[in-house]
Amino acid sequence: MDFNDSPEEATYRAKARAWLEAHARRRTDGGARGMAVADGSNLGEAKAWQALKADAGYAGITIQAPYGAGGTPIEAVIYRQEEGQFEVPFGVYEIGLGMAIPTVIAHGSDAHRDRYVRKALRGEEIWCQLFSEPAGGSDLAALRTKGVRDGDDWLVTGQKVWTSGAHYADYGILLVRTDPSRPKHKGLTMFIVDMKAPGVEVRPIRTMAGSAEFNEVFFDNVRIPDSDRLGEAGNGWNVAISTLMTERMQAGMGFGFVSAHDVLRLARRYGQDDALITQRVADFWINDQALKLLSYRAQTSLSQGGFPGPEQAVNKAIEAAQGQQAAYFCMDLLGAEGALAAAEVGEHWAGVETSWMWASAMRIAGGSDEILRNIIAERVLGLPGDPRPDRNTPFNELKH
Amino acid sequence: MNFDFSDEQKMFADQVRRSLADTCTMKEVRTVLESSTGLSRATWKALAELGVLGAAVPEERGGAGLGALELCAAAYEIGYALAPVPFVASTGVCAEALRRYGNDSQQEKWLPLLAEGSAIGTHALSSGGSTLRMEGGRISGRARLVPYGVQADLALMQADSAGGTVLILVPLNGAGVTRKSLMTLDPTRPLADLTFEGVAAEILPTGNEDAVATLVDGAAILLAFEQVGAAQRALEMAREYALQRTAFGFPIGTYQAIKHKLADMFIKIETARVHAYWGAWALSVDAPDLPLAAAGAHLSASDALRFAAQENVQTHGGIGFTWESDCQFFYRRAQADSLAFGPSQRWRERIVGALSAQAA
Ligand SMILES: Cc1cc2nc3c(=O)[nH]c(=O)nc-3n(C[C@H](O)[C@H](O)[C@H](O)COP(=O)(O)OP(=O)(O)OC[C@H]3O[C@@H](n4cnc5c(N)ncnc54)[C@H](O)[C@@H]3O)c2cc1C
Repeated sequence: MDFNDSPEEATYRAKARAWLEAHARRRTDGGARGMAVADGSNLGEAKAWQALKADAGYAGITIQAPYGAGGTPIEAVIYRQEEGQFEVPFGVYEIGLGMAIPTVIAHGSDAHRDRYVRKALRGEEIWCQLFSEPAGGSDLAALRTKGVRDGDDWLVTGQKVWTSGAHYADYGILLVRTDPSRPKHKGLTMFIVDMKAPGVEVRPIRTMAGSAEFNEVFFDNVRIPDSDRLGEAGNGWNVAISTLMTERMQAGMGFGFVSAHDVLRLARRYGQDDALITQRVADFWINDQALKLLSYRAQTSLSQGGFPGPEQAVNKAIEAAQGQQAAYFCMDLLGAEGALAAAEVGEHWAGVETSWMWASAMRIAGGSDEILRNIIAERVLGLPGDPRPDRNTPFNELKH
Repeated sequence: MNFDFSDEQKMFADQVRRSLADTCTMKEVRTVLESSTGLSRATWKALAELGVLGAAVPEERGGAGLGALELCAAAYEIGYALAPVPFVASTGVCAEALRRYGNDSQQEKWLPLLAEGSAIGTHALSSGGSTLRMEGGRISGRARLVPYGVQADLALMQADSAGGTVLILVPLNGAGVTRKSLMTLDPTRPLADLTFEGVAAEILPTGNEDAVATLVDGAAILLAFEQVGAAQRALEMAREYALQRTAFGFPIGTYQAIKHKLADMFIKIETARVHAYWGAWALSVDAPDLPLAAAGAHLSASDALRFAAQENVQTHGGIGFTWESDCQFFYRRAQADSLAFGPSQRWRERIVGALSAQAA
C-alpha cells in the first residue's frame, strides 16, 4: 500500500502541473467548473485549449500512437486530477473524446481511425452521442429510430433527444434499430453520422438552467454509407455497452461541484462558524475525499491491468447528490439573500448556483441515481433483475 | 500509487478469516452476548496462535515484527466475524503504546505477554471523566468507561502529576484496584469503572506531546477496519435473506425498495473502505495527514456500520427484531463502536480544523 506517487508518476504529475501553470489559471474561488458551459458559448476558447492540449500530448492520453499520446491510464488519471484544479474550458469535448472516439477506435476500421481520431483530439471536429430517444432513456434498448438497408447505404429515420452539443457537433455515434423483428437488444446497429448530412435537423432544447446545451435531433431518410457502421449489424447493443464502459475509465474526472473546502471558505466569508457548519463540512469532506480515494483505487486497478467494474457506479451516485446538498447548504448561509442569483451576489457565487442547477441534471444523465442503484444491486451484489417482460419478444410485437 | 494490501498481507488476512470461521461462529458471539464473560477466550487464543496479537510487536519481544498494515488487514476479519475480543484496546492501543514509547524493561515485561495473549491490555484514553492523580509512583482516583476493564490485566491511562499530565501503565490485578462492571448496550463490548487507591504505576516515557492523539488515531483506524468488516457481513446477511425470502410471489430482493437499500449499504461501505485504506497507509508511514485520515476512517466507518446494521434489521422484517436473530449483534456493535473514541462531533471538528489549516 502506498498513496504516494511512484517516482515516474511524480515526474509525470510535476510535468503536467508545470504545463498547466504555464497555460491556465489555477482555480481559487472554488465553485463549479460545471457542465453549464456545454451550450457552446465558449466554443472558440474550448477549441483553442483543446489544440494546445493535444499538441502538448494531454489530449487522448491513453489513445495509442500514432493517433493519441500513447500514455498509460494512470497518466490520464493524474492529468485529470491536476487539470481539475485549473480554470479551463469544460463541457465541449468530454462526451466526444470520452465516449464517441473510444468507440470509433474500438469498433471502427483503420480508415475511420485515420480519418477521425487526430482531428477529434485536436478539437477540430466535435463529436456527440446520439443514444437517448423519447422512447428510450434509462431503457435505452427501447429506442425506435430505424435504419433500413438501401444498397451500399442505410436510410435512417427517427428522433434522438437530450443530445448534448449536437448543435455544434460535426459527427456523432448513432444507435439505430435495424431489425425490428428481433428482441429489443438484438436488432440494433451503431453508426458514425455526419451531423451536416442532408436530412439531419438539430433543434436546441432550453434546459432548466436557461441555456441550451442539449438538443432534439431529427433524422429524415439520412443516408449513411454501410462503411460507416461500427461493429456488426445487429450488434449495436454490445457496441453501446462498450461505449458506456469507457465512461468507467474516466476515473478522477469530477463535475467540479462545490467542495467541502468551498463550503468552508464561503461560511468563513460570511462570518459563520458553528457546530452545524462543522458537521456538514466534515461530512461533505468525507465524500469529497472518498471520491478522490476511489479514483486512486481505480488507478491502481488500471495499473495492474484490471478494468474498473460496475462498482464504479458508486462515484456518480455520491458526487451528484452531494453537489445538490452542498449547494443548498451554501445558499442557506445567506439567509434570505440565498434567493438571489449569482449575478446579484457576485462572481464568487457562480459555482454555488451552477452546482445547484447542474447537480440535478447529473443525477439523471449517464445513468440516473435509480439506475446506478440497480446496477450496484444487480451487477455487484447479484440481486435479481427488475421484471423485464419485454426482453425476449420481437420488438415489433411489443405493445408501444 | 498502490491502493492495495500486498499478497502476503492478503494471505495473512485469509488465514485469520478461515480460523475465525471455525472458532468465532455466530453461536460463539451469542454465547458471549448472553453471558457475562465479555469476551471469547477461544477466539482470543486463536488470534494469539495465528500471530495476530503480536503482528506488530518486534521479534525480539515475542512478536512477528510486521506492522500496521498487517494489523489493519486482520482487524477487518475480526470485524467480519464480529469477534468479541479486545483487539483494539489490547493490541491496537496498549501494545502499540509500549512498542512506540515503552522503555526496555517495560517492553520486555509486557510485550511478550500481550503478543501471546496471556495478558490483556486496555486503556482509558477516550472516555473522559477520569480523575487520576500520581504521586510517588502510585496512583489514586477513578477511570471511567474502561473497555474490558474487568477482563484486562494492564491499563494505559493518563494521570496528573507534579510534572504535568503523564501517560502511565498500571497492572490491574494487584491490591487497591476496584473494578465495577457496567451494563452496556452491547455486552460483547464490555465497559467498567475502575477505582485506584495507591496503586503502583509506571510512567511511559513518550517524550512526545502528541503521543495520546497518535495512539487514538491508530486505534480509531484499526476499529474502522473492524467496523467495515462487520458492515460487509451485515450486507452479505441482508443480501442472502433478500434472495431467499419471498413476498408477493418474488424474492424480496427483486423489489427496488430492497435492492436500492442494499445498494446504499454498498455505497456507504465502499466510502468507509477507501477511507480505512488511506488511514492504514497513513498509520503505516506516520503520515502528516494521520489525524485527518483517522477522522475520515472513524466517521465513515461508524456511519457505514450503523446504516448497514439498521437496514439489515429492516430487510429481515419481523424476524430481524427477534432475540433469536443475529441482526441484533450488528445493531449493538454499531452503536458501541461508533462511540468508542468519543463523540462524533469532536472528530468532525478535527476535520474542519485540518481543512482550515490547509486553506490558511
Ligand atoms: C444534461 C443531460 C445531458 C444528456 N446528454 C445526453 C447525450 O449527450 N446523449 C444521449 O444519448 N443522452 C443524453 N442524456 C440523456 C440521459 O442519458 C437520459 O436522460 C437518462 O438516461 C434518463 O433517461 P430519460 O430521460 O428517458 O428518463 P427515464 O428513463 O424516463 O427516467 C425517468 C425516471 O424514472 C426512473 N426510472 C427509469 N427506469 C427505472 C427503473 N428500471 N427503475 C427505477 N427507476 C427507473 C429514472 O431513474 C428517472 O428518475 C442527457 C441527459 C441530461 C439530463
